[in-house]
Amino acid sequence: MTAPLDQLIRQHWWAAVATVCRLTGDLDAAEDAVQDACVAALERWPTAGVPDNAQGWLIGVARHKAIDRLRRETSRGVKEAAAMREISDSDDVSPLATDPLGLMFLCCHPALDVSARVALTLRSVCGESTAEIAAAFLVPEETMAKRLVRAKAKIREARIPFRIPREAELPERLGAVLRVIYLLFTEGHMASRGEALVRGELCDRAIALARGVAGLLPDEPEAAGLLALLLLTDARRAARTDDLGDLVLLEDQDRSRWDQDMIAEGEAVLEAALRRGRPGRYQLHAAIAACHSTAAIADGTDWRQIALLYGELIRYEPTPVVEANRAVAVAMAEGPAAGLVILDALAHHPQLGRWAQLYIARAELLRRLGRDKEATEAYGSALELEPAMASRSFIARRLRELGEDGGGK
Amino acid sequence: MKYMLLLNRTADALPAPGTRELDRIIQEYGAAVEAMGRAGVLIDCAPLAALSSTTTVRVRDGETIVTDGPSAEIKEQLGGYSIIECADLDEALRWAATIPAARDASVEIRPIVAMPAPA
Repeated sequence: MTAPLDQLIRQHWWAAVATVCRLTGDLDAAEDAVQDACVAALERWPTAGVPDNAQGWLIGVARHKAIDRLRRETSRGVKEAAAMREISDSDDVSPLATDPLGLMFLCCHPALDVSARVALTLRSVCGESTAEIAAAFLVPEETMAKRLVRAKAKIREARIPFRIPREAELPERLGAVLRVIYLLFTEGHMASRGEALVRGELCDRAIALARGVAGLLPDEPEAAGLLALLLLTDARRAARTDDLGDLVLLEDQDRSRWDQDMIAEGEAVLEAALRRGRPGRYQLHAAIAACHSTAAIADGTDWRQIALLYGELIRYEPTPVVEANRAVAVAMAEGPAAGLVILDALAHHPQLGRWAQLYIARAELLRRLGRDKEATEAYGSALELEPAMASRSFIARRLRELGEDGGGK
Repeated sequence: MKYMLLLNRTADALPAPGTRELDRIIQEYGAAVEAMGRAGVLIDCAPLAALSSTTTVRVRDGETIVTDGPSAEIKEQLGGYSIIECADLDEALRWAATIPAARDASVEIRPIVAMPAPA
């Protein structure tokens, strides 16, 4: 993709696809048409000049192209066209302020498979090509293409609507939207596949989406909470890996490499959200991230506050993973033995048996207690679960240290 | 006594539109349905959209849980059906959540393919 086209798409894709999708009732046609309109703009604008309302121009051109395409298919007797809404050239084509959100709710509808929601959001909202999305998720392009085709077929066949959900459904459906953005960020922040630990482009995409949704729903503190969480977490990106790409633990990170502007923005967004008095999981996660990001040195971290916040978070997210994180915070506030008690209580949880991070956390506490033999075993258990490359190098380093310090214990 | 006939089919894709194989299948279905219509036993019939367009609804502790695909719960079995006409899937989901089966097991929403009315 050429740079100017890429830039044009980044700038206008979300809003343009959203409006054309609402006007034509067909997501696939909307994407193809906006792509064509962007190409047409690159041909025309250098000589004719950029129109005052560039986005409106793109939407107008894209809509015509979409209608042409859908008419051609209808005349060929394509079945899906029957389910399409009636379109006419006299329709009001002005974009609605709610269009971008409507597209987001469509792509993140709970009736779609979760992995399809993430892929569809990257395609339809972010304008990424199928090849780019396939590369991001390290699956063959053909596999990703099938996943997208299937999701779009379901949208059409089951008639998943393009709409902001009713107020009664909004909290649950917004939760589905925020979850997709969070999953996207998590995959970038701690890649579950591939050799690289951090995949920055996915983090950037997720932050742009969170910023968009929070801006469109200013009365929803959880949307702002997610944006704050992503900003506060991603601010540490540069310090999270060393020159070899290995994981650097929070306590060992060079805090001068943290992005102070992002931290300041994240804190401001979080404070505004918390003032609304409707806490939720993302605001709590963000508050925990803020405890880390605002500590000038690792020893200055308010672990007691973090342990309390995790305790509060369990009310919204009653999962063993949250409890495991609370254990780590308690270990920092009250000593490794107190944390180990909580972790050991979780050790046989069916959901955690295959979670390498639990074994790593346990190994870290055992190491700090000087129980080297058990620590070595726990690192070994973590390795057996084949965690990401960077975690593997981290464990290997710890095992080497234990081997030297422990004198072959 | 009314009976609902559940027409199962294999997961194999149907023959492509316009092929002689598909035309033959459509003709056979048409003949069977016509005969039932003539005999006065037919109340309603229609094909369903592909299994991949199914949505499953469960209500647990008052919360509606929506998932993609048919129910994978082996202990559940088809116990009844309703046919509703809605503007879109969200409306169908709201109605599905009001059915007790959504609370006790699950309700699958499978789009019905619109067919031209029989002459």
